[in-house]
Amino acid sequence: MNVVNNKWIGQRTIRPDGVDKVTGRAAFAADTTMPGTIWGKVLRSPHPHARIKSINTAKAEALPGVKAVVTARDIVDFPIEKGAVMLGIQDMRWMCRNVMARDKALFPGHPVAAVAATTEAIAAEACKLIEVDYEVLPWAIEIDDALKDGAPILHEWNKFDGKPSNIMGRLESKKGDIAVGFKDADIIIERSFATRPVHQGYIEPHACLISVAADGKTTIWSSSQGQFMVRAMTSMLTGIPQSDIRAIPAEIGGGFGGKTIVYLEPLATLLAKKSGRPVKMVMTREEVMRATGPTSGSKSTVKIGAKKDGTIVAAHGAFYLQAGAFPGSPIRGAVGCSFAPYDIPHILSEGFDVCSNRSKVAAYRAPGAPIGAYAVECVLDELAEALKMDPLELRLKNAAKEGTKAAHGPVFPRIGYIETLEAAKNHPHYAAPLGKLQGRGVASGFWFNAGGESSAQVNITEDGNVVVTTGHPDIGGSRAGIANICAELLGIDYKRVSVIIGDTQTVGFSNLTGGSRVLFASSMVVTQATDKIIATLRERAAKIWEIDPEAVKWEDGAAHPVSPNAGEFKPLTLADLAEKAPSQGGPIGASVQLNTQGAEGGFGTHICDVEVDVDLGIIRVIRYTAVQDVGRAIHPSYVEGQLQGGVAQGIGWALNEEYIYNKDGKVDNPGFLDYRMPVCSDLPMIDCALVEVPNPKHPQGVKGVGEVPLVPVMAAVANAVNNALGKRFYSLPMSPPKVSEALDAPTQQAAE
Amino acid sequence: MVQMRSGLVRPGLIVDIKKIGEMTEITETADGGFRVGAAVSGMELSEHPRFGKVWPGVLEAVNLIGSKQVQGRASAGGNLCNGSPAGDSVPAMIAAGAVVTVQGPSGRREIKVEDVPAGPGRTNLKSGEILVSFTLPPRPAGSGDAYLRMIPRTEMDIAVVGIGVSLTLKDGVCTAARVGLGAVAPTALLVEPAGQALIGSRLDDAALEAAAAACRAACRPIDDKRGTVAYRIKTAGVLLKRTAAIAAKRAGGH
Repeated sequence: MNVVNNKWIGQRTIRPDGVDKVTGRAAFAADTTMPGTIWGKVLRSPHPHARIKSINTAKAEALPGVKAVVTARDIVDFPIEKGAVMLGIQDMRWMCRNVMARDKALFPGHPVAAVAATTEAIAAEACKLIEVDYEVLPWAIEIDDALKDGAPILHEWNKFDGKPSNIMGRLESKKGDIAVGFKDADIIIERSFATRPVHQGYIEPHACLISVAADGKTTIWSSSQGQFMVRAMTSMLTGIPQSDIRAIPAEIGGGFGGKTIVYLEPLATLLAKKSGRPVKMVMTREEVMRATGPTSGSKSTVKIGAKKDGTIVAAHGAFYLQAGAFPGSPIRGAVGCSFAPYDIPHILSEGFDVCSNRSKVAAYRAPGAPIGAYAVECVLDELAEALKMDPLELRLKNAAKEGTKAAHGPVFPRIGYIETLEAAKNHPHYAAPLGKLQGRGVASGFWFNAGGESSAQVNITEDGNVVVTTGHPDIGGSRAGIANICAELLGIDYKRVSVIIGDTQTVGFSNLTGGSRVLFASSMVVTQATDKIIATLRERAAKIWEIDPEAVKWEDGAAHPVSPNAGEFKPLTLADLAEKAPSQGGPIGASVQLNTQGAEGGFGTHICDVEVDVDLGIIRVIRYTAVQDVGRAIHPSYVEGQLQGGVAQGIGWALNEEYIYNKDGKVDNPGFLDYRMPVCSDLPMIDCALVEVPNPKHPQGVKGVGEVPLVPVMAAVANAVNNALGKRFYSLPMSPPKVSEALDAPTQQAAE
Repeated sequence: MVQMRSGLVRPGLIVDIKKIGEMTEITETADGGFRVGAAVSGMELSEHPRFGKVWPGVLEAVNLIGSKQVQGRASAGGNLCNGSPAGDSVPAMIAAGAVVTVQGPSGRREIKVEDVPAGPGRTNLKSGEILVSFTLPPRPAGSGDAYLRMIPRTEMDIAVVGIGVSLTLKDGVCTAARVGLGAVAPTALLVEPAGQALIGSRLDDAALEAAAAACRAACRPIDDKRGTVAYRIKTAGVLLKRTAAIAAKRAGGH
């Protein structure tokens, strides 16, 4: 820890993007335009599953105003039989088929062609003129339908247990021997759970503007969680070298994991290349809901065995997650995170990746972990009830701590899980009285967090201020956090530090914004770059004073002699040294590029109160407290915002959000009216309790905070509902018709 | 306009009728009723000094159309002509006994609100006719109305069931009652048996249950993404009781 007395770290400084966003000045991807821009539109499959026998684009191309048409023929193919071509966690074999269907359309909304025309209306009209000859195939959307005998197989080449299957892969984490463990148990609880697919729900639909010049130089303005990801995927899918693609990150209107892959950029690039005109594409909300994201629906079975005193001896989880049209559901998160908060000697955690005829899932805030935690944390609640133990005490008794070996591999270093449990137990919320038809639930959660590649350039301006350039789109407050850290290190006002996000050709490679990695990783590179600058500043002052650099210290934004022994000199401020820079060795700046290591996982414990309108089956969350070990809160308002946002999304997942399919296999609620994310009035003020156990492997103690807060929520809500009603719901969402039906059921039985 | 923006309709000609005074005026009639122009926005209606005191249920229903921002433009007239069975202001207007004035090429006519909708997205207005205004009858002393809807969220949502109740009490006895029910049939409905069940009673449990039963019986809902048949029928009864209780409290407060 090189920062002790903090002036800016931990302060609620004014966010650098605030004015632009409040005044409507912030430039999102759809705000961008260029002279000569034309519009791109996508023709999408109306069928859940169909072989594409032929596509005839002649009529569309002949329509006046149409400038280009592209189909799968124009996209670089990554043949399946040649094996995986990975970009991060994405296999380009699936990516090339997801952006444009090749031999088969695998979900309603799957792109089959794209058109660029002088107006949006002409492009839409042209899409209707494209003739696609489909051989409609039987389809399966729900996990049970995709797994039953005789189910339509999406990828005929895939075999599981030697038979053609929609199970695309299996993953397990194992520790000890559960057969031995369960033998020791005095009590065993085994339950099955189901969750529905839910969308990330970013307000800004996917959008891009792309220009390809005659010499092939390509410029992309788009909304994404990673300009380098956009560049690399576009390059791989179009064949344009990365050095010719400048991907400029627009301000982003929400991502939550859903903007970690591309949908439009390769299509718009090819349309721009063919037409010679800049091409703009903006998805409608309906397209977003039908063809992007969401996260998996799931079916899970969790079995936990414990001794009478509450010691958990064995745990088994089996998690089936919908991947959508292509392999790649977040089973790693479900398998690895579900049992991670607990020190259990015998664990088997298994995940199954199940393809079905719906859009390919995209990452969503701690992908997979909330699904697993929902099942595990509900079973723990039942276990506590059966053992007549307080649910937090049960968790405390089994809590993972420093030295615990997690089933997914690591031995935990100093972690703050126990501190979150203690803080929850001691929080006034936990002891507050409850009214009639109210209930309280608790649940915990874990997320891995990530490190990885980051680059930063820190430059001292000629007038002695600072510009920091990093390479990550800011979706969670990274600019504000970096400004606090850089100002702290330099000992200057944070307002003198301007943090910007560079494009792919102006800053070094930086991996995408995801895995709660950005502040962790970018503050590491910014710290190292700033340290280099401070070394330079000390050298410059030493040279001016003609003393040894070791005799110069940097404090309060100025160089000082370390002691009177070093000499008596008036301090040289950052502005002084910047002014003298031309004659003292030139511009002052430093860049650092690292593959950062040492990201530690994060833990949270939540308390939720609900009230149930039993006549109408409506569940309302009336009080909520999120406790989380956040490492070090560099900007507490942003950290709290992350916690509150995660909780809001989890409450939506628990109570109302779901994809509803009609009998034709199409999403029946592709809009925010009937896809019910919570609105402001649905939620109480979400209280946050920040526990700070600094990450010893990070210069400021930072741990990722953005994803953990979604993990415990659905279980906390479900446990609260059970506490209120004495009735447990084993599937989500707990929507009014479903709750009402369940509440009416026993009465009917009694009447019979 | 909403349908046009979302690409559902492509009108060849658009005529702005908001500049016709009658369309946007709120007037109190000589007999003590109200005439509300079809294009009066929700915000304008809520700012009227008297309307909300006399018809709080109609006002709260009109104010539920869309979001705060949409209230600046949304009107009861648009809500009715949209033909949605789930329009919020329609059951409240039906309960209020409102009548609409319609102007067409062959003159004016008056239609009861409950006779305007013809089915989802359709009305009984003839080609060339426009909705001019709503006329709400004079209010005897001891009257109150209310509107409640069931939505899974708390705002920005569409009614799974909506119910308007208007009633008059004299010495604790209900002397007049009308019940409008929305989102449970192809059109919003006037449930006359529900009103009848309340009239003559002191709004005791038996009368409320009878009215609730009448509402349940009137339901002809569908299973859809917004709710099941069973849930809608049950909810209609629950909401009748809750809405009637609010209307009665308001009636007693006169």
